[in-house]
Amino acid sequence: MSALLELAGVRAAYGATRVLHGIDFAMEERSITALLGANGAGKTTTLRAICGMVRSEGAIRFAGEPIQNRKTEDIARMGIAHVPDGRGTFLHLTTEENLRLGAYVRKDRAAVARDLERVYGYFPRLKERSHQQAGTLSGGEQQMLAVSRALMLAPKLMLLDEPSFGLAPLVVRELFHILRAINQEERVSMLLVEQNAAMALDLADQACVIETGRMVLSGTAAELKRDDAVRRSYLGY
Amino acid sequence: MDALLHQILAGLATGGIYASLALALVMIYQATHLVNFAQGEMAMFTTYIAWSLINAGVPYWPAFFLTIGLAFVLGVVIERVVIRPVERAPVLAVVVVFIALLLILNSITGWIYSYTIKTFPSPFPSQPIFGRYLSPHEFGAILVTLVVLALLYAFFRFTPLGLAMRAAAQNPESSRLVGIRVGWMLALGWGLAAAVGAIAGMMVAPIVYLDPNMMGGVLLYAFAAALVGGIDNPMGAVIGGFLVGVLENVLGAFVIGNELKLSVALVIIIGVLLVKPSGFFGRVQVTRV
Repeated sequence: MSALLELAGVRAAYGATRVLHGIDFAMEERSITALLGANGAGKTTTLRAICGMVRSEGAIRFAGEPIQNRKTEDIARMGIAHVPDGRGTFLHLTTEENLRLGAYVRKDRAAVARDLERVYGYFPRLKERSHQQAGTLSGGEQQMLAVSRALMLAPKLMLLDEPSFGLAPLVVRELFHILRAINQEERVSMLLVEQNAAMALDLADQACVIETGRMVLSGTAAELKRDDAVRRSYLGY
Repeated sequence: MDALLHQILAGLATGGIYASLALALVMIYQATHLVNFAQGEMAMFTTYIAWSLINAGVPYWPAFFLTIGLAFVLGVVIERVVIRPVERAPVLAVVVVFIALLLILNSITGWIYSYTIKTFPSPFPSQPIFGRYLSPHEFGAILVTLVVLALLYAFFRFTPLGLAMRAAAQNPESSRLVGIRVGWMLALGWGLAAAVGAIAGMMVAPIVYLDPNMMGGVLLYAFAAALVGGIDNPMGAVIGGFLVGVLENVLGAFVIGNELKLSVALVIIIGVLLVKPSGFFGRVQVTRV
């Protein structure tokens, strides 16, 4: 079986500042892969390169097809849903309008209606707030909304950029629990960028470590958890 | 009292036209955060197209709808060809493009049709149906405006495409991430704005007559209306349009005289910008950090 997502020698820059110097990894279908690394290592940029938000060199393939430097909207239409850094909420629209936008490219109305109910099943709080302006939701609720909006695309792959950012530990635990459930029940693969390495490694099957724009380590989550360098640098014990 | 009522009703009629054009301005503003100074000339140019069609023997209503369609195409083409290349340019560059567009459309129209004033037909019967208060054209213009506003509201509120257009204007990056073709949404917005402007032009032309400079005053009133309502609020622009129309008419008739009517718009613009720059219905941003 070929990999769902493959990056080979991906390099990217913002203007003259090179951020990615060569990222290589592959992830299997239905797996959760965690990207670990310090601030500024290039994790977010890697995700942005995958969905065409920054131009990059090298090769990026999704389900065998090259997607590098395609338009973001076309990549989304192929089934890659990005939960961006900062959550990307449509602040002036209601919660439900946000969710409907997630399913904008889908034509099957009945399935969309079913998925809306399913998403509300995962996050009952969003249903309570369905007609509320999304900008008035709490940070945790907005993160749930961002995950739900991505889910409404019925994606094959979800890119999650720091879903735990700014959330209380209890909320993070709840969110990660639901992410695991989504991964198993909806058969969605996930590429997870996280600062919270311990939680990310608990959730993920595979993991890679990025340092200053280079892939330095990769393996199963269990292997990385045992790795001394990872433990000292990212797990803190 | 009768005279006042008459002026108020007549003000509502022109106010509806200002409201339509103000709405066109707001639609572009929401997507680009700039006021399209050429909006009035685009409306004027398309009204001339309607005039040509009618003169060529096309009956009024087919010409009306054909013109709306052509205006839509014109709006889309202008966005794609002229505005797209300066999408990321500094504000002043875009403003210059808008002004250039204004002058070009004005001159082209003058060149094709000459600057002599022409009459433009009204589709509504000429004998009064509502007695002395409202001419049939004024009544018809109010009706057309209300239909346009209702259709636009329904489109933006209830259709997926309308929702996508609102999303693209608010948050282009997130819109791309859910697969919305943001560029096309902007072009569509220009097309819709141009179509709404065309309707305003065809409704105002029987009143102010057809000439290449006919929309200068109307655009000022529309701009005042959009500002009163809050430049980012479509509903506000509509209310502002009716408000400015009535105010202009009543003040013109009873207080300052017809010669100074246009200064009402200018006073409103300066007044709103000085006292309440967000307008009376401007969005209060509700966000929790």
